[in-house]
Amino acid sequence: MTSTAFQKVYTKLTQITKATCTVKATGVGFEELATVSGRLAQVVKIIDDSVTLQIFSGTEGIGTDAEVIFFGRPPTLKVSDDLSGRFFNAYGDPIDGGPAVQGKEVEIGGPSVNPVRREEPSELIATGIAGIDLNNTLVTGQKIPFFADPDQPYNQVMATVALRTHADKIILGGMGLSNDDFLYYKHTFENAGMIDKIISFINTTDDPPVERLLVPDMALTAAEYFAIEKNEKVLVLLTDLTLYCDALSIVSNRMDQIPSKDSMPGSLYSDLAKIYEKAVQFPAGGSITIVAVTTISGGDITHAIPDNTGYITEGNLYLRRDTDIGKVVIDPARSLSRLKTKVMGKKTREDHPKVMEASVRLNADATRARTKMENGFELTDYDERALAFAKDYANDILAIDVNVGTDEMLDITWELLQKYFTVEEVAIQDDLIQKYWKKA
Amino acid sequence: MTTGIVRGIIANLVHVEVNGPVAQNEICFIDLDGVKLKAEVIKVQGNIAYTQVFESTRGLKPGSPVEFTQRMLEVKLGPGMLSKIYDGLQDDLHEMEGLFLNRGEYTDPLDDNSTWDFTPIVKEGDSVIAGDWLGEVPENWIAHKIMVPFTMDDKYKVKSIAAKGTYKLIDTIATLEDSDGGLHEVSMVQYWPVKLPIRAYKEKPRPFKMMETGVRTIDTLNPIAEGGTGFTPGPFGTGKTVLQHSISQNAEADMIIFAACGERANEVVELFVEFPKLDDPRTGRKLMERTIIICNTSNMPVAAREASVYTAMTIAEYYRSMGLKVLLLADSTSRWAQALREMSNRMEELPGPDAYPMDLPAIISNFYSRNGYVYLNNGTPGSVTFIGAVSPAGGNLKEPVTEATKKTARCFYALSQDRADSKRYPAVDPIESYSKYLEYDEVREYLNKNISPTWVSDVYEAKDLLLRGKEAGDQINILGDDGVPLVYHQRLWKSELLDRIILQQDGFDKVDKSTPMKRQCYMLELVLKVCRYDYEFESFEEVQPYFTTMINAMRQMNYLEFQTDRFKEYETRLNEIVEERRAK
Repeated sequence: MTSTAFQKVYTKLTQITKATCTVKATGVGFEELATVSGRLAQVVKIIDDSVTLQIFSGTEGIGTDAEVIFFGRPPTLKVSDDLSGRFFNAYGDPIDGGPAVQGKEVEIGGPSVNPVRREEPSELIATGIAGIDLNNTLVTGQKIPFFADPDQPYNQVMATVALRTHADKIILGGMGLSNDDFLYYKHTFENAGMIDKIISFINTTDDPPVERLLVPDMALTAAEYFAIEKNEKVLVLLTDLTLYCDALSIVSNRMDQIPSKDSMPGSLYSDLAKIYEKAVQFPAGGSITIVAVTTISGGDITHAIPDNTGYITEGNLYLRRDTDIGKVVIDPARSLSRLKTKVMGKKTREDHPKVMEASVRLNADATRARTKMENGFELTDYDERALAFAKDYANDILAIDVNVGTDEMLDITWELLQKYFTVEEVAIQDDLIQKYWKKA
Repeated sequence: MTTGIVRGIIANLVHVEVNGPVAQNEICFIDLDGVKLKAEVIKVQGNIAYTQVFESTRGLKPGSPVEFTQRMLEVKLGPGMLSKIYDGLQDDLHEMEGLFLNRGEYTDPLDDNSTWDFTPIVKEGDSVIAGDWLGEVPENWIAHKIMVPFTMDDKYKVKSIAAKGTYKLIDTIATLEDSDGGLHEVSMVQYWPVKLPIRAYKEKPRPFKMMETGVRTIDTLNPIAEGGTGFTPGPFGTGKTVLQHSISQNAEADMIIFAACGERANEVVELFVEFPKLDDPRTGRKLMERTIIICNTSNMPVAAREASVYTAMTIAEYYRSMGLKVLLLADSTSRWAQALREMSNRMEELPGPDAYPMDLPAIISNFYSRNGYVYLNNGTPGSVTFIGAVSPAGGNLKEPVTEATKKTARCFYALSQDRADSKRYPAVDPIESYSKYLEYDEVREYLNKNISPTWVSDVYEAKDLLLRGKEAGDQINILGDDGVPLVYHQRLWKSELLDRIILQQDGFDKVDKSTPMKRQCYMLELVLKVCRYDYEFESFEEVQPYFTTMINAMRQMNYLEFQTDRFKEYETRLNEIVEERRAK
């Protein structure tokens, strides 16, 4: 990032805020990169010769005579197979002590895929986690976040998903990751002996928050390279997008934009959609699947961040601590994978959709029974059976430590249904009952 | 021609200094190193035109030249639009090159060199006005009318009309003489600015017919009228899109225009992968043959998102002018409102509630008023029925977009989180939702005449049943199972039966996903018959298992072809169950 010949250097800053500065300059393009006193910055607004730059690492100590050098290009990443197994910061510079990556230089945050060139996602991603595979099956090309409270073990679950799926590449985009969690991911991947399929772009809590804004685009640009050029199945893990949104609101606030709901910028929906919509199934076989984490506060999903996310993503997964069994489970009532119907019963056994529906419905009956119990009402025989079912169901199916194949999950569920309920209560079509309901 | 140069860039808002006259909503092209970016004027102040660019402005520099076109954002109308997939600016997405949408790439919505078999309708010497049919060409299965362009606002005499034969899209098929003797050549193509309604019809009566959607909770409980308006607000995950897709597949319309506005790309992919394979339940043709998709997904430029709903509406109005029954679906109008908010914010306008522009309610009601049932100049009826999805922020129905829409749309289908959580799909809340059309005398008359003589009173009976069931359920929750009279349990379970059999519908089952009106009528009458009886129970614990067996038998009926032997078997079984406990 040193100055080279024929670059104009500007030194007259007219305004400095906590995240941005304004300089008088001409011939500058929108979203162009620059350095201000050696710190990386990007053009976010141009009015006549006033150019406003967002400085990623903050403006502390920037003087009005700071040297501003424009690059004449937007942020880029050099892509090649050499990215594999490497760790980078938000700018795409190595942080693992290795050499810089050589390769084709591409702009990050590039254009959208033409919808008619997309393929319908139809390939199942098995995670071995029954709460996902059975009730909320994931599909390649899908985008889905975990809505988790900060105290829930979402990073462990994400790492588990990464380890159990058979993706060709796993790209981790860490935003505001604590150093401990970063090391956790690093060690988990290393111990599993799969470091070669993993590429990480990491912004930790030690780094300036605005830098995070580059992380998703960096991760997804790398993902596009492998999915398009190499026809690989790429799984992108993004954590935590709430911290990304917080950085967005900092920048928009410094630019005097009128905030909409929950102090978030009015463009939050479009900003998030630009990231998530990079999830795609290509006709040639490559795909990008995004599993993200959005931390929520006290389970409130009406906050602008989870709310906008929910409208963009293809479902959402919730973790819950089940006190009956003392384990973390994937909450069946609130979790939803929108693409599950594309594979359930088609790529899995025929009884899958109906078994899933019946068990979720009966589990909801148990929730009602629990409310009744808490309110001090007497329970009916049905209520007692529903509660007993729910407990076994949580332990044998929903708990995140359960690791079995889909057929086995179905067999377990049939057994539980039969143990606690009658054919009428289960209410599954007769032809499936004939086949799977064991005769006494 | 006015030109200008770029002065300022704030994301997709570009300030252009102009050297001549510019009009509000005029289209201009900004030159970015040889790539032309389409933009629309949204505000003018002094010699600065504020334009919203329909593309990414990355790399754009002050000083770039701009050319103005003296035209507003227009669509190109003519035969060949059916089965197409357009973006919000009516670019044909299949014609675009490469995997990605490259900015500045605009494609022709219609192929000028395509040929059509033209049959004249008028003859030389006939008097015509805008919207009158000059002739027709077959487009897929519809007789696509070639009309006097809507922009021609005089009275004309047909000077010449092409004979029956094959012509190119842009060939002159008629010459018209205006009242001053001026001659106008007319081809099969015409242009219309999307922000203006097409008013080439004689009258717009109150809607009086019902439009079947195949979705029971809509058709039976809160029917939408042909030419009517409805909207479906709901938090995410409550099935707005599934419901819209289901309506688009099964509705009794001549053609469907689906505006995918700022939503997920994979959902649109589902439409254009599945529609060419699925059969129209009424005609047996492929669904794609009656469908046009306007697709501006959430990651496509935000200004084009706003344009997309207008593009869709204009195309719908165009086909209505041919005497067709058009159903327009937009998913979701909230994204369009958000696009307005983003621009309003960049223009530093004073914000209204939740930072939306102050005139949002006016914009929404203006748009909704473009639908309707009309009689064309020649007396033929045509209609545009509009159902918009709304995505309320935080699931709160008091937010500005929902409130503004509620003031103007006549059917309200509230999707409820509770119903979705307990997998009661479609999650339309039967108590909150309403159809104003049920109050229209002409609609009530139509329903009683065409479905059954007692239909309207049956529907209200069903609504009462649901309401009483809910009240009973609330009482049971407060007082406990044994704290209420036994009859409360019956009430609760009768409404539960109605809910499970009529309201809940399996959108993924090949039989259950769409129910013709005749079958809906049969099932509602059956359910009401069962619910009108009084049943004898010793204790409340007997109520649930008993009704569960009834529900189970009727659910099996829902999954079977209507009036087949197996269907009747389950009906017989149901009658046996009823007799077990019926109070004599």
